[in-house]
Amino acid sequence: MSDKTTPLEGTLPPATLDDPHLLPSAKNPKRMEALAALAMVIGMAGFVAFIYVYWVNASNKWEALTLGIGMLGLGVGVIAWGKYLMPQGPFVEERHEFHSTDDERESFNAAITGRGGIEVKRRKMLLGVFALGGGVMTLALLIPGVRSLGPKPAKSEGTQGSTEDSLFTTNWKKGAKLVTVGGRPVKVDDLDVGGVLTVFPQGHEGSSPDQVILIRLAQLGPNDPPYPIAAPGRTEWGVQGYVAYSKLCTHLGCPVGLYQERTQQLVCPCHQSIFNVNAGAIPQFGPAPRPLPMLPITVDATGQMRANGGFDQAVGPGFWERP
Amino acid sequence: MIDKSLNWLDDRLGFAKGGRTFLDKIFPDHWSFMLGEIALYSFVILLGTGVFLSLYFVPSGHEIVYHGSYVPLRGQHVSEAYASTVGLSFDVRSGLLMRQAHHWAADIFLGAIAVHMARVFFTGAFRKPREFNWIVGTLMLILGIVNGFLGYSLPDDLVSGTGIRIAFSIIESIPVVGSYLGFFLFGGNYPGSGIIIPRFFTIHVLIVPAIIVGLLAAHLGLLVKQKHTQFPGKGKTEHNVVGSPMFPTFIAKTTGFLFVSAAVTFLLGGFAQINPIWQFGQYEPYQISYAVQPDWYMGWLDGALRIMPSWEWVGWGHTLPLEVFLPAVIFPGLIFNILIVWPFIESIYTKDHEYHNLLDRPRDRPKRTAAGASMLTLLFAVFFASSTDVMANFFQVPLIDVLWFFRFFVPLAPIAAYFLTLKICQEMRAAEGIGKRKHALVVERSTTGEYTTTASPVRPGDEHEELEAIPVPTFIDTTDPELATAAGVRRVIR
Ligand code: HEM
Ligand code: FES
Repeated sequence: MSDKTTPLEGTLPPATLDDPHLLPSAKNPKRMEALAALAMVIGMAGFVAFIYVYWVNASNKWEALTLGIGMLGLGVGVIAWGKYLMPQGPFVEERHEFHSTDDERESFNAAITGRGGIEVKRRKMLLGVFALGGGVMTLALLIPGVRSLGPKPAKSEGTQGSTEDSLFTTNWKKGAKLVTVGGRPVKVDDLDVGGVLTVFPQGHEGSSPDQVILIRLAQLGPNDPPYPIAAPGRTEWGVQGYVAYSKLCTHLGCPVGLYQERTQQLVCPCHQSIFNVNAGAIPQFGPAPRPLPMLPITVDATGQMRANGGFDQAVGPGFWERP
Repeated sequence: MIDKSLNWLDDRLGFAKGGRTFLDKIFPDHWSFMLGEIALYSFVILLGTGVFLSLYFVPSGHEIVYHGSYVPLRGQHVSEAYASTVGLSFDVRSGLLMRQAHHWAADIFLGAIAVHMARVFFTGAFRKPREFNWIVGTLMLILGIVNGFLGYSLPDDLVSGTGIRIAFSIIESIPVVGSYLGFFLFGGNYPGSGIIIPRFFTIHVLIVPAIIVGLLAAHLGLLVKQKHTQFPGKGKTEHNVVGSPMFPTFIAKTTGFLFVSAAVTFLLGGFAQINPIWQFGQYEPYQISYAVQPDWYMGWLDGALRIMPSWEWVGWGHTLPLEVFLPAVIFPGLIFNILIVWPFIESIYTKDHEYHNLLDRPRDRPKRTAAGASMLTLLFAVFFASSTDVMANFFQVPLIDVLWFFRFFVPLAPIAAYFLTLKICQEMRAAEGIGKRKHALVVERSTTGEYTTTASPVRPGDEHEELEAIPVPTFIDTTDPELATAAGVRRVIR
């Protein structure tokens, strides 16, 4: 750095090649260069191997391995070059005053408040109309943009609708046949005591809001009470030891799929809500707030199980319009 | 030759004026500054692998009979989305690698954003003038989580389908507008009119990525304009940046880093199985898998839902499902809003409205550090609460006890973490410099019984003097005649 020569060109000072700021940080640059080159060669070999592996249609593991080696080799090589062989400095860059000068600010602000402001003051009416027009335009665009997206949800229980546009509706009606997901009608002696089955109203197999879990609590004959511990006001809702509940968890609508026969509990695997089947499926534990709605069922002369009415409330999780 | 073509380009683009400053940009070195780069490169990998996936994935809930090469599924009725994802995994060459790499890249992307954010928070890099970049970053985190959820939902498998059902119910829980929002998003009551997968697809591959790209451009543009922060150190002030130059040093290192990130992602994608949807089966609304586990970045919401008591509010002809609305809408809303306004809250509280380009050591800002630790503890606590059932099984304790433990642990642990961190910071500051001593002290006892301590002499080689930082040089002077003809090198006649 002895001979500072001619005045600077550009804005920044020159340096000499032996300036310590420009020297590689590697102790042995020759060796580092060789290592970096080696890494890149290994990388290249990896990519070649990848092409071969793809060619012979080997497993995904081989593809990942060769591709990984390829990118790792190339990457490590370049990093070594940059980190150990390129000038490391330390170099410095000045931060200049970040914001603009007072003059610049003033003239900028003046353009807005002055040039713009005068126009606004002079044409108040035009501005108002334009703003209003813009607002109406937004509304006009939003209507198809939002309203077309889906049907309006039905407002209340009384509103008739399909299950697609109402949270209150299911396809369960008085007389609907209980069928399995495959469409097989369910007969009264299909289940043993402790057995469970997911059933649907015939014609709606697999439908989400209609899913019902049918449980046989006890072996009861036609002359016994309909089911072991009948809930008040619902004494006729079970039949011959069978009860049926909506399978939609009242927490977030997961299917309440796990029946523990010993404790007669239904467990929701999503957040571990537990419903006591014996006591009208009231939630015993967990975040679910409400009992699973009960479906009144009956048996016809042929032994076919049927719904004896629809649900008396909306199934599934809570929502604002639910009374 | 190079000179000529650069000039040709400059005639048309005029980039040389500002370009030089850009090439001379200085990047300070610190390992923690690479966290943001990991996030950036994972996003690049997401775009690349995602485009590959989108060439084969069929975004349709339409039911077909599976005929692909995965034998256990043959003849079953599945949706086109599910069939094509299984196809991607077994019939498209390199498909499984790309699928799994895409999924891993998403997990790494969000993890890197979270850790990057923690770095920015604990070092105070969000202070004036960088508040906007903090907000932009938080928005990218939110969008990343949303897009991760949407992508996870696309294959229409049993596990992710359950997640969509839960999402619908969460939307339903919003007072007044909930059912409208749910119906508009799903095209009707759940499971919707079969439109949900195509809709999620468009949002996942187009809308959200496009917004993220825009935010990313703003993020990096601001970074260039405001320049990087740096840790205090020799020659480093509020008014400069010390480090290595953009070109060529930083470019080389960061390009290499992109390759290494991609290598790690693809190795994970090949060797670490993730989301084997062919084992879960097609989603059916009446079926449930017992291993419902969302991706890790959704776990904290799931945990909050689990420990919430069943506080449904009913009155005036309406239902307000607080047991869902509070943990799944209000709680994350609060967290993200606190994050967004934090820089402003802090500057109001500290009355500090100055520019800050030098970073804090976390211990020097005990209250901020304690607040951050408290927030992290809260998030970890609810995250762990999402595996109450796993823990109950593992420790052989009743589920109900685990639940009650978390109902207390989640609100109390953050408070404990706050005071503990405050104390640790204060202790560390009191002990400042203790760990730093480079060489031993020599303690001597004089004949009169007096003790004196002196520093032991520095051994040669122990001492390394740091260079004074200089501006990036324009020209290299050399006496080497061979080099002297290269661009930017001037021969010095001796
Ligand atoms: C913020 C960025 C992104 C995140 C966090 C993300 C995340 C995910 C995740 C977690 C999956 C599930 C993968 C699986 O295990 O099957 C997925 C699927 C998918 N992603 Fe992305 N992704 C992102 C960007 C993109 C982009 C930009 C595209 C396309 C241009 C894309 C295309 C796809 C496709 C087609 C699928 C479904 C195919 C499949 O599941 O295998 N993604 N995404
Ligand atoms: S959905 Fe059943 S407990 Fe959450």
